[in-house]
Amino acid sequence: MSYLEEGFSLRSWLTTNDHKRIAVLYMLAITGFFFLGGAAAAIMRLELATPAGDLVSAGTYNRLFTIHGVVMVWFFLIPSIPSVLGNFLVPIMIGAKDMAFPRLNLASWYIYVLGGIFTIAALIAGGVDTGWTFYTPYSTRFSDSNVLLVIAGVFIVGFSSILTGLNIIVTVHRLRAPGLTWFRLPLFIWANYATSLILLLATPVLAMTLTLVGLERFFGVGIFDPALGGDPLLFQHLFWFYSHPAVYIMVLPAMGVASEIIPCFARRPVFGYRMMAYAILGIASIGFLVWGHHMFVSGQSMYAGIVFSMLSFLVAIPSAIKVFNWTATLYKGSIVFSAPMLYALGFVGLFTIGGMTGLFLASLALDVHLTDTYFVIAHFHYIMVGGAVMAYLGGIHFWWPKISGRLYPEMLARIAALTIFFGFNLTFFPQYLLGWLGMPRRYHEYPPELQLLNVLSSAGAAVLAVGYLLPLMYLGWSLFFGKRASDNPWRATGLEWQTTSPPPKHNFEAEPVVTTGPYGYDPAR
Amino acid sequence: MATIQLDSTLERRESSLFGMWAFLATEVLFFGPLFFGYVHERIGAPDAFVAASHHMHIVLGTLNTALLMTSSLTMALAVFAAKEGKPLRLWLVLTASLGLVFLAIKGGEWAMEASEAASASGPELTFYFLYYTMTGLHGLHLVIGLSILAWLALRTATPSAVEVAGLYWHFVDLVWVFLYPMFYLLERYRA
Repeated sequence: MSYLEEGFSLRSWLTTNDHKRIAVLYMLAITGFFFLGGAAAAIMRLELATPAGDLVSAGTYNRLFTIHGVVMVWFFLIPSIPSVLGNFLVPIMIGAKDMAFPRLNLASWYIYVLGGIFTIAALIAGGVDTGWTFYTPYSTRFSDSNVLLVIAGVFIVGFSSILTGLNIIVTVHRLRAPGLTWFRLPLFIWANYATSLILLLATPVLAMTLTLVGLERFFGVGIFDPALGGDPLLFQHLFWFYSHPAVYIMVLPAMGVASEIIPCFARRPVFGYRMMAYAILGIASIGFLVWGHHMFVSGQSMYAGIVFSMLSFLVAIPSAIKVFNWTATLYKGSIVFSAPMLYALGFVGLFTIGGMTGLFLASLALDVHLTDTYFVIAHFHYIMVGGAVMAYLGGIHFWWPKISGRLYPEMLARIAALTIFFGFNLTFFPQYLLGWLGMPRRYHEYPPELQLLNVLSSAGAAVLAVGYLLPLMYLGWSLFFGKRASDNPWRATGLEWQTTSPPPKHNFEAEPVVTTGPYGYDPAR
Repeated sequence: MATIQLDSTLERRESSLFGMWAFLATEVLFFGPLFFGYVHERIGAPDAFVAASHHMHIVLGTLNTALLMTSSLTMALAVFAAKEGKPLRLWLVLTASLGLVFLAIKGGEWAMEASEAASASGPELTFYFLYYTMTGLHGLHLVIGLSILAWLALRTATPSAVEVAGLYWHFVDLVWVFLYPMFYLLERYRA
């Protein structure tokens, strides 16, 4: 009996301790938030189709990009792969029955929902206009929007992340099947493990920093407002100490997904497995030391700027190792361009462009020109949407037969993947050019000579929207009408493919024993 | 069958201890911005911090430090008793009582300092802000610790549950060991 047949009532879902069902609960919740954040983006792109600020007022526009950022970062991207795919796959991939703390796992989901309720309440109450970065003293003294409600929502959802991270760490340490040594772990596990370390060590800093913002706003006493003897730079240091590693929370799991899909559809073992694992840990650790590159023009010490610039260049090395190794994995492989593979290849290409333009921004002199322009917007959307969202969708397709027990319609899925790739580039590549030409971010109007590029970008957003709605529809359709999936439709290695599709409640009929490393693929078979 | 049972109890003990250590790592970084903010603000206004520090009630603060240190001892004895299978409720009650007396004294201090804090301005106000925020957050952690102790005392706690609770209790005591010199002993010798 599969985990889906363990109970059909709403109650059986809302009180479950099964990591697979909790993963499905997360999937539903984050999909809702994804389309909420997407709707805000759609209105912004509609506004920017013309140079004049004619659709929404400047104040409304501020609220739109704030809610877009808050929702996409904390309610979609950060929980996307770890809480959905990680929750579903980590115990199965290591041959465990469940997470180390199943009840805590369910609690994490409820905490997420509670944080979401606060954020939506703030939205209904009129939104918030500080930007997702809550810079002080605007957020503590000047903004008349619902800062406290949103801060409370982000604070709460942070604890959901921390507890998920803690659960994954303990699970990977303690519950691996006999014979599953560290260097036999799939790279997806390595990636989620490293991500969990960041969740555990960075998120609490954000939680306390936001608490201090809240206290300062509420009581009028604090350490961030210069009028009170505080220092706004202190806020920026603390905020980016979390928020830069948060980028790696979003992209490391995406790298893990790509590292599972690419070897499977190239029929080749991952090139340089150990270097891939070390690169993940390298990115996670160096990622803690580069936050100051968000503050080059904020008035921090020039010498700090030089050090942060150098360290930011350093983080490109393990990232490049990963890109080269994925490419080398393809060499002499028997490549199948299935839908998950299209997403994974899209991920590698777009991540590379996003990463390379990151080096532009890490250069002190160039950053003076590019900071706070659309170049920055394009850069991080290539990492977060081109990287993390592509990989998330690739992962959802790749493991869909395991999660749902059904096959998705392959041709439609390939069309959707290509639509998203095309729409994404059409949306965001013009933004690099706009930024280079000096268009600043966060304005609802712009000079008429920039209209052509903005119209291209808005048209791309429309294509992208179609691309995102397609999987929602055909995956929903396949739940009821899709062909039944076999246990291992992709002939993939990995423990998750050795159990049934969908897996039984405790994942395996008998505890698996592992005798070899992952990725035993052969291009001839 | 018996060995499997033993294995899973052992496994659960190891997992919960490991989980608590991981949680404490989160806790350290949760307090982190406050300590970082304290250092930052104090470097900016060292004299004001020293001056404000002299308004602290050092006798009460020292007494409280002694109380919490003693409660760490009684907590350790509770863990020891649990491992040996001896009765441990007395130690739990003793630990909780010491924590409660600490909170009562701390509450008195907060009330006594309120008027000074209200009339303070500039960096001295920042000092009081950090003082109330940090000792307040510490007090909140202590209240959580007390609830855990009460929960352990009211049921037959497994040795591993007591051990995990002990880790948390020692952490909360340790935070105070840092707070005490930061607020009470700040260059006392100049007085």
